[in-house]
Amino acid sequence: MGHLKTVENNKFFFQHYGLSQNDLERYLAAALSAGGDYADLYFEYLSSTSLSVDESMVKSASQGISAGCGVRVISGERTGYAYTDDLSSERILHAARTAALIASGPAKTPVVGFQEKPARSLYPITLPSVDAEITAKVELVMRADTAARAFDPRIKEVRASYSDELRNILIVGSDGTYAEDSQPLARMNVSCIAKTEGSSARGSSGGGGRVALDFFFGEKTPEFFAKEASRQAILQLDAREAPAGDMEVVLGPGWPGVLLHEAVGHGLEADFNRKQTSAFAGLVGKRVASEKCTVVDNGTMPWRRGSLNVDDEGQPTQSTTLIENGILKGYISDKLSARLMGIADTGNGRRESYEHIPMPRMTNTYMLPGDDDPEDIVRSVKHGIYAVNFGGGQVDITNGKFVFSASEAYLIEDGKITAPIKGATLIGNGPDVLTRVSMVGNDLKLDEGVGTCGKDGQAVPVGVGIPTIKVDRLTVGGTARKDPGGFMQ
Amino acid sequence: MTKFYEIKSMPSTELETRNTKFETDLKELAQDVVRRAVKGGASAAECVIREGDEFSTLVRLGQVETLKQSGSKAIGIRVFNGQRAASTYSSDFSREGLDRMIKSAIELSKITSEDPFAGIPDASQLGSLPGDLDLYYPDVYSLSGEERINYARRAEKAALDYDPRIKNSDGGSFDAATGHKIMANSNGFVGEYKRSYCSISAVPIAQTEDGAMQRDYWFSVSRNLSKLESPEHVGTVAAQRTLRRLGAKRGKTKKVPVVFDPMVATSILEHIFEGINGDSVYRGASFLAGKLGQKIAGDGVTVIDDGTIVGGFGTSPFDGEGIPTRRTVVIENGVLNSYLLNTYTAKKLGLQTTANASRGLAGTPGIGPGNFFVQPGKKTPQEIIAAIPDGLYVTEFLGHGANLVTGDYSRGASGLWISGGELAYPVEEITVAGNLKEMFFNISDIGSDLEFRGSVACPTIRLDGLIVGGA
Repeated sequence: MGHLKTVENNKFFFQHYGLSQNDLERYLAAALSAGGDYADLYFEYLSSTSLSVDESMVKSASQGISAGCGVRVISGERTGYAYTDDLSSERILHAARTAALIASGPAKTPVVGFQEKPARSLYPITLPSVDAEITAKVELVMRADTAARAFDPRIKEVRASYSDELRNILIVGSDGTYAEDSQPLARMNVSCIAKTEGSSARGSSGGGGRVALDFFFGEKTPEFFAKEASRQAILQLDAREAPAGDMEVVLGPGWPGVLLHEAVGHGLEADFNRKQTSAFAGLVGKRVASEKCTVVDNGTMPWRRGSLNVDDEGQPTQSTTLIENGILKGYISDKLSARLMGIADTGNGRRESYEHIPMPRMTNTYMLPGDDDPEDIVRSVKHGIYAVNFGGGQVDITNGKFVFSASEAYLIEDGKITAPIKGATLIGNGPDVLTRVSMVGNDLKLDEGVGTCGKDGQAVPVGVGIPTIKVDRLTVGGTARKDPGGFMQ
Repeated sequence: MTKFYEIKSMPSTELETRNTKFETDLKELAQDVVRRAVKGGASAAECVIREGDEFSTLVRLGQVETLKQSGSKAIGIRVFNGQRAASTYSSDFSREGLDRMIKSAIELSKITSEDPFAGIPDASQLGSLPGDLDLYYPDVYSLSGEERINYARRAEKAALDYDPRIKNSDGGSFDAATGHKIMANSNGFVGEYKRSYCSISAVPIAQTEDGAMQRDYWFSVSRNLSKLESPEHVGTVAAQRTLRRLGAKRGKTKKVPVVFDPMVATSILEHIFEGINGDSVYRGASFLAGKLGQKIAGDGVTVIDDGTIVGGFGTSPFDGEGIPTRRTVVIENGVLNSYLLNTYTAKKLGLQTTANASRGLAGTPGIGPGNFFVQPGKKTPQEIIAAIPDGLYVTEFLGHGANLVTGDYSRGASGLWISGGELAYPVEEITVAGNLKEMFFNISDIGSDLEFRGSVACPTIRLDGLIVGGA
């Protein structure tokens, strides 16, 4: 919507809002006017587009812009925060003085001059999708609608949506931190309902990343997502009741990596461990998974939804090993927890927007591939389930209990994948579920780019990935009770 | 995907005023934006402005951990080009910024489809409930900075002092917010309202000797400070709720009666809402579509949506399209009496809107509940539990495993095992599964303990026929 364009030399806020280095120093000085250990400013200018098709009509299209600046002051373990959606000097100074109230001492002076650390270029896009022709985006959603309906006459309802955004940020800190980034993000989604005389079922699919519009015309087309959503809906028409109780579970590759996100990822965020509120607190150096498990959080994967050149505190992202051959290696951290715990800042300080305080968050979290052949993994199971697609998950980091909900799963009977089963929630205990991983496949896959993680009310885009794995025991929340001979219907 | 205590999810979108003299200006501004859109070529237009302030503080182990204070303002417009609609929004209130927003919306409306049912409500439907709905109390900001911090500190302290097994904490908090919403459209509607909100919460962590930790929470929420429960009360209840989880075991897989406490029972109402909202109904995305006038739940079940309750968390003088809110009996003694609709879905279904349009700054209006609740029964929660020899009392759900297309239901749960009519011991890492089609019929007891802690409220309920999954 006629938004401000990113400029070549990347001095977006200097060009469009007349900011100068002197202004930035003045704002930081105001933030530290009552003392404090550290202050930073986060400038954000976000432009976004979204479109959706329903009943084969483009029923809605919207575009918008939001801009603002958040000021943070840290004094010991205390954080003061204020923000403004008005980027005038007067309002930013007011926010800085409000945030400053967290400290109570003599004024501190920020360091003079800023230093920009060399950062990666993980999403080098010349034409961000938010600036691309809207007609091309209309074509994407209409093609998805057509493809889903063409898949099978039982597909009766189709909704397809496309959304993109471009986030320009500038972060400066009283320690001389200086970082700028221009972060694109695009996504398509297709959901559909299949209907027959006696039953209905739904299916959905989607994907994207920090990619340009051409991604959806080449690598992952609307037809790809439409077919996948339709296939799932048709399959679910004949799904049987899922079993209930403890059993062997095989997870397919890709999005089922949501297991890692819930079972271990959140529990390894440094803030929870600093406060000793995580079931993983104090377990560094201890065994938390079988030897076959190595889990990393990697913010540096090109084009990925969970990737960032710099985090929202201006720190370059990195790949951090969380679990190595079953041993817990460390946490993912932001600036505050790194300083208070005396650990490295892993570049995981993220926030939803200028209205939010940054905290340790995941980027792309996945398990490295093992040696097992995925077919052997399935063959090794006598009675169990094979789960390949999931909705979301949730975790209570304090007692470690987590769930994730399978949306596409099958029974495994005598080493063979048999009937599809209805959606079921799987529940387990984070600190020990990975100790029961007895086989790890050689087929690591990352998800299609659909994950959004919520923590303390803040949503950020993330990625997950996993090879095919076998968990010797997980609780499956179905409605069919298990009897010694198999599954009772 | 992480667990977050649903404290801040009460009144969903609370924004507010930073400057009272602004109000009339904003009403005029909204009308002016609508006029400029029409002048620029829109056949109809609708403008929303939201303004708000928020304050929050979190105290952990007696020390202030965060202090946040801010305000913001944003504007959105939806325009029609005949039967084509589009919308734009911005936080830039400069003349040029607003012109750019209006022009972009008109441009965008050229690429959307002709939808015969699109449009804003008729002038005859528009209006605002008269009188004071008791939604706004500036006193939520009347405490000094130090007193606000003290509220948070006292709530946490009451929890920490309650029992030596409470050894850690995710903190105590005090939050306040006020919001101001202004809306105008080209059929002559202009309206505004303000709402306020404040809350106290505590999140203690208890630990057993073997190191196993449990966390729970409690909160009090109100539109005015004077009605907020004391921080000590909040901290004490939070401590009790946390302690009763210590030493939780895993349950066995079996079919037993399940009692939902009022906090988790609201989730059943949310599934009903999802199943009867016009958007799911016209697409056939709900197993309740086409069931108007039919029995969909047990005889004792009556569900009401009422956006007009004075002082309610789900109350507003007009809905997201400028239509006065109303009271709708959704389910009466088990019979589906009405869907919940906005103008668009009502037209699609050949019905009248129930004034349940909800609206953000951008996009087409959705459907949201007003004050949505189950009519209470006569039994106390104790009487409901006393009738069960072997069963489960659920106090927390994990995950979102309900499929409204098929009715399939499967969720992670924790709570207390009922043995011989009494709450015997805590259980966790279990699942509860069934199908909503039968579950609504299997609500066999409804408690007398209806209490609004948000816009959706339900008393204690008992459901039969569910499968509890465990070891």
